[in-house]
Order: sequence, then C-alpha cells, then structure tokens
Amino acid sequence: MSTPFLVWIILAPLIGSLLNTGFYFYHIKKQKISEVVFALIGTITPFISFLITLYLFLQMRDEKIIFNQDLFTWVSIGNLNIEMRLLGDNLAIFMSMFVTFIGWLIHIYAIGYMKGDEGFGKFFAYFNLFLASMLILVLADNPIILFIGWEGVGLCSYLLIAFYYQDKDNVLAGNKAFIANRVGDFGFLLGVVTLFFAIDANSLSFATIEANISNASPELLILSGFLLFVGAMGKSAQIPLYVWLPDAMAGPTPISALIHAATMVTAGVYMVARFHFLYIGIEDIGTFIAYIGAFSALFAAIIATKQQDIKKILAYSTMSQLGYMFIGVGLGFYSTGLFHVFTHAFFKAMLFMGAGGIIIALHHEQNIFKIAQHRAQLPIIHFTFLVGVIAISGIPPFSGFFSKDAILAAAFQNGEYLIWGIGIFTAFLTAFYMFRLYFVIFVAPTKHVAQYTYTSKTITMPLLILSIGAIAAGFLNLPEVLGGETRVDTWLSQLNSHKLHLSHSTEYILMITSVIVALAGILVAYKKYAKFDVYKPESDEGIIANKFYVDEFYDKVLVQTSKKISTFIDKVVDEKIIDGFIMSICDGFISFGKKVAMIQNANVRFYAAFMLVGMCCIFIYLYKLLGL
Amino acid sequence: MISLTSYAFVSMILFSIGVIGVIARRNIFVIYMSIELMLNGITLFFVTFARYHFNLDAQIISILVIAIAAAEAAIFLSVIILLFRSKKSLDTDVFNTLTQGENS
Repeated sequence: MSTPFLVWIILAPLIGSLLNTGFYFYHIKKQKISEVVFALIGTITPFISFLITLYLFLQMRDEKIIFNQDLFTWVSIGNLNIEMRLLGDNLAIFMSMFVTFIGWLIHIYAIGYMKGDEGFGKFFAYFNLFLASMLILVLADNPIILFIGWEGVGLCSYLLIAFYYQDKDNVLAGNKAFIANRVGDFGFLLGVVTLFFAIDANSLSFATIEANISNASPELLILSGFLLFVGAMGKSAQIPLYVWLPDAMAGPTPISALIHAATMVTAGVYMVARFHFLYIGIEDIGTFIAYIGAFSALFAAIIATKQQDIKKILAYSTMSQLGYMFIGVGLGFYSTGLFHVFTHAFFKAMLFMGAGGIIIALHHEQNIFKIAQHRAQLPIIHFTFLVGVIAISGIPPFSGFFSKDAILAAAFQNGEYLIWGIGIFTAFLTAFYMFRLYFVIFVAPTKHVAQYTYTSKTITMPLLILSIGAIAAGFLNLPEVLGGETRVDTWLSQLNSHKLHLSHSTEYILMITSVIVALAGILVAYKKYAKFDVYKPESDEGIIANKFYVDEFYDKVLVQTSKKISTFIDKVVDEKIIDGFIMSICDGFISFGKKVAMIQNANVRFYAAFMLVGMCCIFIYLYKLLGL
Repeated sequence: MISLTSYAFVSMILFSIGVIGVIARRNIFVIYMSIELMLNGITLFFVTFARYHFNLDAQIISILVIAIAAAEAAIFLSVIILLFRSKKSLDTDVFNTLTQGENS
C-alpha cells in the first residue's frame, strides 16, 4: 500500500538537521542562540519519525500490508529505471522502530551530555543527519538508495568521530573510520554492480532482484554475495576491517552510543538480511559470513579482556556482539540475528550512555582503574550499568540471554559445532570482561569516593527507559520451549528459510550450558576483580593488551608499502620516465618552433623567394599530379 | 609572322628578370622596377594571346593591369618616401622592424 507518511520518517530528522545547521550558522555569525532551540529541534524530529513508524507498525500489524512510496524516477536510461522509492515492509519497519526510538533517547541524552559545548548546535545537526541517513538505508527500496544511506552514515560517522577537530588524534580517528569504511563501500558497490550485471533486469529494486535471481549464474551470485559482505565487514567492523571501531571512541560518547546501538554498525547485518533471498541461494557464503562473525566475536572478546579504556572495552564488545549477529544471519536465521541487533541496541546504548555519565562525572577520565580510584556516587547509572552488564553477559531473563542463546542454538542445529563452541567460549569471555569492567568501576575497594552526583534528567531518564528494554525486550521473542510465542520471528517470518526445530531437551541443555558458562565468567571476574587493588593497575603490556598488533601490522604492510610504492611511482616513474618522455617531446617542438621562427625575419626579398618557391610547388603539383 | 612561342619566350624572360630583381636586389627602387617588369611580362603575354585568338577580353585585362600599375606606382612611391624618412636608407634589409627577432 502506498502511503505518504513513509518519506516523513526520513524527512523529519533531515529537516531537523537543516534547521539546526541554519540556526548554528546564525549562532556563530550573528548572535547567540539558546541551546534549548537546538535541543528542541534535535529531539522532536526523531520523535516525529518514531511516532510515524509506530503508527505504520500498528497499521501493518492489524492489516498485514506492506507500505511503499514512490517519490520520483531518479535515473531513466534506455529501459533501465531506478526509482526513488521507499519500502516499508516488516523488516524495514522493525528496524526503523528501534532505530528511531533508541536514536531519540540518545538524542535526549546528548542534551545533557553536550551541555555547554561550543558546538552544541553543530552536534545536533550532525546527529539528526546521521539518523536520517540510517533511515534512508533502512527504508530503501533498492540497493542504490540503500547506498545513499550507507554513505551517509559513513560521512556522519566521520564528522562526529572527528567532532573535536582541534585535536589531531580525533581527526585521525575520523579519517581511519572513513577510510576503512571506504574499503568496504568499494566492495559493496562492486557487489551491487555485479548483481545488476548478473540479473540483467531493467530495474534494481529488491523485488525485481528477487524475482530475477534465478536468471543469474551461480558464480556471479557468489561473487556479488561476497562483495556485498565486504561492505558489511567495513560498516559492521568485522575481521579484517574492524580497526576503525575502537578508534572511533574519540568522538563524544552519545555518538558512540548511536553508532553502536542504532545506526552504523547494525547496517551490515541489516543489509545481509535485506539480501536474504540472495544469501539463501549461496549457502557457502552464508557459512563464510558465520565463520567471520564467530572469529570476530572471539577475537574482539579476547582483546576486550585486557583493555583499560572503558569505551574501548565497550567498542570491542560491540564488535564481538556483531559477530554473533553475523553468525545468525550467515546461517540463514535472519530473524534471530536481527533480534540480537534489537536487544543489543537497548543494552549497548545504555552501557555507552552509562559510561558517558561516569566519564563526565569524573572529568573525562576513561581508564577504568583511574575511574575506580575516584569513584563517584551515581546510583542510577550504577543500576542501569549493572542491568546492561547482566544483559550482555546472557543471564536470563535479561534480553541478551534470549537473543544470544537463539543464535547459538541455530549454530548447533546447523551442525556448525565449531561456531557453537566459539560462541560459547566468547560468551564466557563476554561475561568475564563485562563483569571485570563492572567490578573494577563499582565494586573494587577504593579509598576515595567523590560526592559527585550527576542529576541531569536528560541523562538519567533515557537510561531508565532503556533499562526496561534491556530487561524485558527478550520476552518479545520468548522461545516456544519456555512457553513463549517468538513474536519477532513471526513478524520477520518472510525472511527465514530455516526454523529452529531442536528437541526441547536439547534446547534446555544448550540454554543451561550457556547460563553456566556465563556464570563461570562472572565468577572468574568476581574472584579476580571484586577485591582488586585499583592503585596497582594491570600492566598494559603484552600481545592482547596491544590488540595483537593488528594496527601495527596494517600500518607496516598496507600503509608503509603503499607509501613506498607511491614514492617510487612519484620519483621514478612519474618524474623520470613519464616527465622525461613528455618533456623531450616538448623540447623537440620548441626547438623545431625556433627553427621555423627563423623564417619570419621580416626580410622582403626572403619572403618573395619563399613565395616563388611555394608557387612553383603548387604549379608542379597541379601540372604533374592532377594533370591540368 | 613572329611565332607565338617567341612572344611567350620574351614575356617569360621579362617575368624572370623581374623575379630575380625582386629576390636578389636590395635597393627598393630596383625592386619596384623589377615588379613593373614582371607586370609588363604578364601584360605582353595577355596581349599576344588576344591577338592570336582574336579575343578582346585579354586586351581589356591588360589595360586594367596597366591602370592598376599606375595606381600602384603612386602608392608605392609615397610608401618609399615614408620608409626613407624613417630609416634614411633605401636598403630593404633595414626595413625589418616588424619582427621581434635579433635583426630588429
């Protein structure tokens, strides 16, 4: 059904962004504008998007319809038509529901967090644009429009990570995010082109691709499936393109929350789910995705156990959880993977926002051991942080347990026991490092407790709302074995080719295993860190603390090598060979020109002689060659 | 009767003397006279052919040539006077102020 509301989901934050940009220019050029104006524009517009989405969702639930909206024909060449068209099917509405809702809460939180910042208005302009880009991505009807949003979130992440642009490190982190993403985007673009080439249709909408997918040769489909996933690797920070994510912590904390919870990093998972009809046909690539996800999950979890920067620990945990999501979507359990995206959005946004609250309370201290030394009295943040840590560790009945367990059960059912094993071990590590964080910050004995209580409502209210989600979101997809209805699976049923059909006893065993593993992780963390002497922090030496030297490896192999090649091309190939060749041709023309110039000596007799010679030549030509 | 070839031969000799005069001599008056010689050679050719073919068109052209030569003489002589005033010389090699080259 065509509905005029769909476009307003995107337009609302986009208009908010434009308004804020305008006001911000006025603010810096002419006269100061109160922060309230920026904050109101910045938070009302995402809320409008959320309300529209909610309205559409309710209508869709009652009437079982799919929304779409034709805006205009964007490209029309020959018989190729690319329509600017929005698609609001179950998947898109599901995604935009929590993108707008959690995005809105993060916007509210940002009011308190960015209070008094010089670039307050600019921040909200970028922030709204970020949300608008993500919504374009989610509501796109074809991969080309999806790519607009895909690039949009990349741009906004660059702008926001490098928000404090006076600091060189931040700018470098922004560049790194941008460049790592560009590598992925290149893959994505090649994937779309390959797909277009393969299906040979006159439109590129998802429906057309799905209808024509049988025309394509399997090799091309495998290639395009792989290339599209390269794009997802970049956006969703999977091995080997994850390096930007930890550095992206340079931006203000609300950005980290938005990138990690609701926008950028989930885009990769969403894209794979969007192309579910493609990936169903190429199960090898699906398995490959699942393995990449599993190894990313494990790798990031190992690194997270030794990090000391609170935000970096959370960043690695995001990468790890994204690994789980890719296990889900890779194995064909799209709704399961997306359900983890959904629950993760709640608790990860909450963890980041809690971390941000702690960080500003302690005047921008990010090292967990130093935070512990000057612990602040922050009861609400303490409570919500604990909820988040429990949820991510997978303790029932918190939301993280259900989504993670469903993914592990899916891996087990598919016979991917290695992935299952990695997943279980990662769950252990997750529980360990998250509770390490919690115990060090809130529990470990310390002599100095600052009586600093941060009471801004805009910071605590979103946290409390999210904590409800983090606790209860799991019940939306309660598995049948526990007497639930799997509502999310049903809602997204058009995506799934597989269904979980393990016997109840197996499911019970799997659940109990993962609970025991998580508890074991917590226990280890408790033994080691609950009584930890924070005045003797852990050493930050060693291979794990240095993130396996991957950054250094990339620098050595990729950056330095290409620098050397560039220098070689510049100094030898360009200057010596090409310039030498071109310049010698030029020199030849110049010296020839000088010789010709000598004829022009203004000597009348000389000209007359030449005229005569020329006339003779013409006569001879006419007489001999033309026979006149 | 003197043959056509003889007339043609004479007019070619006249024309060639004129050409050589224009190319080889430096005095601008001599060059002018050489140009007149070339014109005379051509005019003689026209007249000969007119008589030979009993066609008066060529006669008209030759009269035209003589008239233009007269007009040309007036302009040429005044130009020579101007050139002489500026350079105090009749040598054509001196009149090379139009180049930007080394000779100027």
